[in-house]
Amino acid sequence: MSEHEHHDHEEHAQRAPSALELRVRALEALLTEKGYIDPAALDVLIDAYQTKIGPRNGAQVVARAWCDPEFRRWLLKDATSAIASLGFTGRQGEHMVAVENTPEVHNMVVCTLCSCYPWSVLGLPPTWYKSAPYRARAVKDPRGVLKEFGVELAESIQIRIWDSTAEVRYLVLPQRPAGSAHLGERELANLVTRDSMIGTGLPNAVT
Amino acid sequence: MTYRSHADLGGLDVPGAIVQEPEGEIFHAPWEPRVMAMVVAMGPTGMSSIDLNRATRETLPNYRSLSYYEIWLAALEKLAAQKGVLGESPPAPKQVLRAESAMAAIKRGFPASRSAPAPARFLVGDRVRTSAVQPPHHTRLPGYARGKVGVIERVHGAHVFPDSNAQELGEAPQWLYTVAFDAREIWGDSVALQRSIISVDAFEPYLEPA
Repeated sequence: MSEHEHHDHEEHAQRAPSALELRVRALEALLTEKGYIDPAALDVLIDAYQTKIGPRNGAQVVARAWCDPEFRRWLLKDATSAIASLGFTGRQGEHMVAVENTPEVHNMVVCTLCSCYPWSVLGLPPTWYKSAPYRARAVKDPRGVLKEFGVELAESIQIRIWDSTAEVRYLVLPQRPAGSAHLGERELANLVTRDSMIGTGLPNAVT
Repeated sequence: MTYRSHADLGGLDVPGAIVQEPEGEIFHAPWEPRVMAMVVAMGPTGMSSIDLNRATRETLPNYRSLSYYEIWLAALEKLAAQKGVLGESPPAPKQVLRAESAMAAIKRGFPASRSAPAPARFLVGDRVRTSAVQPPHHTRLPGYARGKVGVIERVHGAHVFPDSNAQELGEAPQWLYTVAFDAREIWGDSVALQRSIISVDAFEPYLEPA
């Protein structure tokens, strides 16, 4: 990508369409003309991933597991079904596995080969998750990566890295924050961050 | 024929910081959501498969200098051209995603699980050695995990075999396993202090008993 294009689409896209914008419009027009896509369906998909399918779905799963021991057991045994019971199913979440953080083990998820990510519970992946630095370092220097995210774990804690190299998608079940016993499911869900469900962060502390 | 993936990044010395983003920030240019949606919508047309998509992306010569949605766009353009979709008489799409059924389709998803062709060769707890050979086609065993000894931790059933499907040789379902490795087995003793376990999801043909 040239300096110009970069500048263009990062900051001034609304002023003049960038070369990329024009390429995308041309492809969409052609695929529509050839009868392969329905632009109205694209609008539905974009709205879904901007407003309906995102990390708040996963946060509800985590909060339920923190409140309901039966659900937690189900989630750890058969995550796909347990998550489906809350209404979160489908694309890039067809085969789910939930992995639980404990005082001894911290889980972290990566896809070193591309960008595999549990869309049904976390939505579209953030740019850093798809970036070369994260994919390269997560498997070799997980503690260094965690430090970049501001997470320092005791040396005694084992780090478990899940490289999602097939169609199984992983959701980290973080530890319930200290001092949260009085909170209900909805308040607990607000403590659950996207990064805590990837394993590069921890849930927010109770304030 | 030589096959070179530019996407196998695990363990490489890649400079640059990991740039964090707030939760709501998922697109960075107005064309990005259109590309995402086009890729999703092209799924049901049968023009390609998730495996052929990945193979097409990872072999783009400029893979490492493109942003992720630029990679998706370039691969979609390339596949559409290869498959004659943009030509005078395009093949009929298997199915076209319509606005009224789009939500139902993504909520249903596209499972990769298939009936098992044979009993599983390995059980949880078995020690296995991964293949040391880099095959001359798309594959899903990362370079860092080649020729290493690990333990079968989970058995996921039979799934579409990407190595075959990406070459359009059929789905050829294979058993899929989570194989866990001690970090020292992968990286040597230099990182022993990190006390970590790394797992990959590996298809049966990648594995031999150890």
